[in-house]
Amino acid sequence: MIEPNRLAAGGRIDRGRPLGFTFDGKSYAGFAGDTLASALLANGVRPVARSFKHHRPRGIVGSGVEEPNALVQLGSGARTLPNYLATQVELFDGLEARSVNAWPSAAFDARALQGLLSRFMPPGFYYKTFTWPSWMWPFYERQLRRAGGFGVAPSEPDPDRYDKTNSHCDVLVVGAGPAGLSAALEAGRAGARVILVDEQQEMGGSLLGSRVKIDGAPASSWLDSTLAQLREMPEVRLLSRATAFGYYDHNFVAALERVTDHLGPVEGPTPRQRIWRIRARQVVLAAGAIERPLVFPNNDRPGVMLASAVSTYVNRYAVSPGRRVVVFTNNDSAYRAALDLADAGSEVVAVADLRPDPKGRLVDEARRRGIELLAGHTVVEVKDRNGVEAVGLMQHDGTSAFGGTRWTECDLLAMSGGWNPTLSLYSQSGGRPVFDELRACFVPGPSTQAERSAGACNGEFTLRGCLSQGHAAGAGAAAAAGFGDGRAAAAVPDVDDGKEGRTRAYWIAPGAKPVGRSGKSFVDFQTDTTAVDISIAAREGYESIEHVKRYTTLGMGTDQGKLGAVNGVGALAGMLGASIPEVGTTTFRQPYSPVTYGAIAGREVGELFDPVRKTPMHEWHAEAGAEFENVGQWKRPLYYPQPGESMQDAVDRECLAVRRSVGILDASTLGKIDVKGPDAAKLLNRVYVNGWTRLGVGRCRYGFMLGEDGMILDDGVTARLAERHFLMHTTTSGAASVMSWLERWLQTEWPDLRVHLTSVTDHWATVSINGPNARRVVAKICHDVDLSNQTFPFMSVRHGEVAGAPARIFRISFAGELSYEVNVDANYGRRVWEAVVSAGEEFGVTPYGTEAMHVLRAEKGYVIVGQDTDGSNTPDDMGVGRMVSARKDFLGKRSLTRPDTLREDRKQLVGLLTDGGEVLPEGGQIVEDPSARLPVPMLGHVTSSYYSATLGRPIALAVVKGGRAREGETLHVPLADGRSIRARVASPVFYDPSGERQNVE
Amino acid sequence: MLLIECPWCGPRDESEFAYGGEAHIVRPPDPANVSDEEWADYLFYRKNPLGDHQEQWQHASGCRRWFNAQRDTLTYQIERGYGIGEAAPGGEG
Repeated sequence: MIEPNRLAAGGRIDRGRPLGFTFDGKSYAGFAGDTLASALLANGVRPVARSFKHHRPRGIVGSGVEEPNALVQLGSGARTLPNYLATQVELFDGLEARSVNAWPSAAFDARALQGLLSRFMPPGFYYKTFTWPSWMWPFYERQLRRAGGFGVAPSEPDPDRYDKTNSHCDVLVVGAGPAGLSAALEAGRAGARVILVDEQQEMGGSLLGSRVKIDGAPASSWLDSTLAQLREMPEVRLLSRATAFGYYDHNFVAALERVTDHLGPVEGPTPRQRIWRIRARQVVLAAGAIERPLVFPNNDRPGVMLASAVSTYVNRYAVSPGRRVVVFTNNDSAYRAALDLADAGSEVVAVADLRPDPKGRLVDEARRRGIELLAGHTVVEVKDRNGVEAVGLMQHDGTSAFGGTRWTECDLLAMSGGWNPTLSLYSQSGGRPVFDELRACFVPGPSTQAERSAGACNGEFTLRGCLSQGHAAGAGAAAAAGFGDGRAAAAVPDVDDGKEGRTRAYWIAPGAKPVGRSGKSFVDFQTDTTAVDISIAAREGYESIEHVKRYTTLGMGTDQGKLGAVNGVGALAGMLGASIPEVGTTTFRQPYSPVTYGAIAGREVGELFDPVRKTPMHEWHAEAGAEFENVGQWKRPLYYPQPGESMQDAVDRECLAVRRSVGILDASTLGKIDVKGPDAAKLLNRVYVNGWTRLGVGRCRYGFMLGEDGMILDDGVTARLAERHFLMHTTTSGAASVMSWLERWLQTEWPDLRVHLTSVTDHWATVSINGPNARRVVAKICHDVDLSNQTFPFMSVRHGEVAGAPARIFRISFAGELSYEVNVDANYGRRVWEAVVSAGEEFGVTPYGTEAMHVLRAEKGYVIVGQDTDGSNTPDDMGVGRMVSARKDFLGKRSLTRPDTLREDRKQLVGLLTDGGEVLPEGGQIVEDPSARLPVPMLGHVTSSYYSATLGRPIALAVVKGGRAREGETLHVPLADGRSIRARVASPVFYDPSGERQNVE
Repeated sequence: MLLIECPWCGPRDESEFAYGGEAHIVRPPDPANVSDEEWADYLFYRKNPLGDHQEQWQHASGCRRWFNAQRDTLTYQIERGYGIGEAAPGGEG
């Protein structure tokens, strides 16, 4: 295949390895070492995308991370990747790429019609147009979402693997251009542990795309020898294809390494990408600079490119992006592109220099080569047909163009508006960029973290300056980290940069007509923000660049304004008559360039997303066909359906079994804290509302814990196992937080208390046997404990052997039935569970899940902390005010007499009974009069609601303002469908209010 | 990601720690005999300084010890951690 724009020789591509790829379905050829962008240019592909808002055809502008237009969608199926820059995609054989924002292709786009409507789309268009009428918003939003975005996310799970690596170093160097390499070399020589990260496939930065000489030889030989020296240093790690995308607190820097992206889809264990989480003692930022475009009419036509990108394509990729070239500049660096193109055989028709009197070594050389130099000239128009065909040049006086238009035919316009130091990481570190008038760019201000900038990102644009700043920064950073004396050990190599003229900033190139009267002058290509948009924002009163950014979308693309933001700041300053420092910069945020979600998630996906906790009996439940629910990280059986049963059928059956005979529940997940020490009872006294000192050994007590605000924090039964030894039960979900709560008080306020806490939740398996036949079942497998009410009463604990396993047996119940909770070493859990099941066979023992457990406890009016409470309920609110001890202080007690906690109309726990068969929705709001005028006063809400098979009717618990005094009243629960359910306020205890069933013989 | 120095374990990532808010808040020794205002002050009112702030941290995923540390709320610079019950650097608290 013929690549029309490929140069016959040169470049860093491997001509021995030809590669095939497709773009928008057409096949093309390239070489190893190409990027997708360089290969497309070599093949003469001009429009590669359509613009976001106006659907204008766009070509490649840059050669790296700054590219605003050439966004592509790669691959297909589960591995399709949206929003990749063609300038950063390394070519591999079989690569498939498609343009975005264009249908069916970038060359012919059906939606380009949208561009014709563009004058009806001023800045703030979305805010102004789509807000009325408000009921139409869902429709507008759907349309806007379809039109927005850069590409399509894959719809299938990601088949690739991603990794994260933690790393530490003395000196982290970001960027492996001349400054970064010099810094790494110095720091490495000083003995520091160094990590050098660079986003490109090859290290070298600007040297890769230029023909400069170092020490009299081509830069590539300096590059090779420097890299060879670095590779030999055992404490230096070189990471290429790694973008440092975020600078966080305390010198924590995150970098994304693209491990296999350049190889295409790779099967096997190798991660596709890896995030490096680097903690560095010192950071050297050598991130380089990005060339600024110029703002002039139709500056977005395919064939208008950054001058430095043109040089890079010629020198690094052996691609000539144009045959007849005009260079348009306000500084000397663009002359390099003119010379590179001339040497590569293109015709450089003219250099239009905005400056009235350009001078400098490069300018002289261009003159000597016979390139026509048009000083004090500006581009007033670009003619194009799927690419630049001619440019209109005029003289200007600093503010506007004058004289006749000189039309010059060309197929490439190489532009340069000066350079922007890459300040993203510096800014993310907390630094504030300052504007440097002399160099016409923002540069780093003072450091707020242990970092320093060197080279072009520090506003130093000469190669010699970059090398010398790199050496100094590397030595300085190493010394600050404790290595060496801070003086550069090596001599800075010799470079003859020659004398360079000053950049003269023109934020908007002087034009023939006022801004907006000729073609669109783009400030931000990616978001289609024009100079007119900024002027409208200024006219409408926007003065802060942060507001203008949001109003016009300047800098809000995925490139975060890498090309356009500073021109936008300059343009706004000009329109407002303000200085650039007054307008300021927008904030740079992490990430510097897009990071895939896969890399952020790393290995924490699928079953590794969150640990799963299973009880020792878990497999038995699974074999019994249990449906599970998640309770925190625990898996708990929700119910055990039998063939043909609905959930309600199963729950009804399980509940009735417990009430009529016997059921068993896996209660192992309940939080358990072992409390030991001479002051154990004292601790309990301070954290529970009720008293503990007089609790006898072998007895249990139910208690509430409050926060210092007097609100219920947790509840549970605590048993006194010995004089100085208690076992505290917490709720399943509160286990960890209660442990932390107790630890905190012991360590911070009560270090004098001699108490040890141990979390023993996982050490024990708990089989809870409930129902009138519970004693008969336990008696069959436990022979050394007298189970009678007289010797082993309700709310006590005994030690014995159950099914051969040493056990603690608690007579506590959450179902309101005769109950034995058997606790054994977790390793015996399943065996004891199975023993209970077979012992209970003759009584029809029924395993029941958490849903039946909830129904049974609701029938008894027992609250669940976190379901019936929400952090705003006192013990009195829950109807257990009588438990609160008057004789001692405890956490939260003082708050119980605050005026707010004494209010009469606080929400109180009540029962609700409906007349029909309808189960109230949990969370349903409770009102007095559903037909009252809006806003209807809310009295409270339903906290728990079930059908009770035992009672043959629905029951509910609720919190209602002044609820206890309303017993017998009829209230209403309005539903989403407009109906309302009548509910009678009742006692929350629906079943066995005297508690006789716990003590059946 | 802050780097926090646990007085027992040394410098560790912030993700290993739990934050406890303002340090050196004294619980009234006899809560029954403080006014509603005094109790509310203890319960709800916290400093929100620009600059040095003494606060409690727990090395939750490590030794689980609580300690105090002084953090600059502007720069996030953290002074060496110090024990519960010890005075803050500079004698504050």
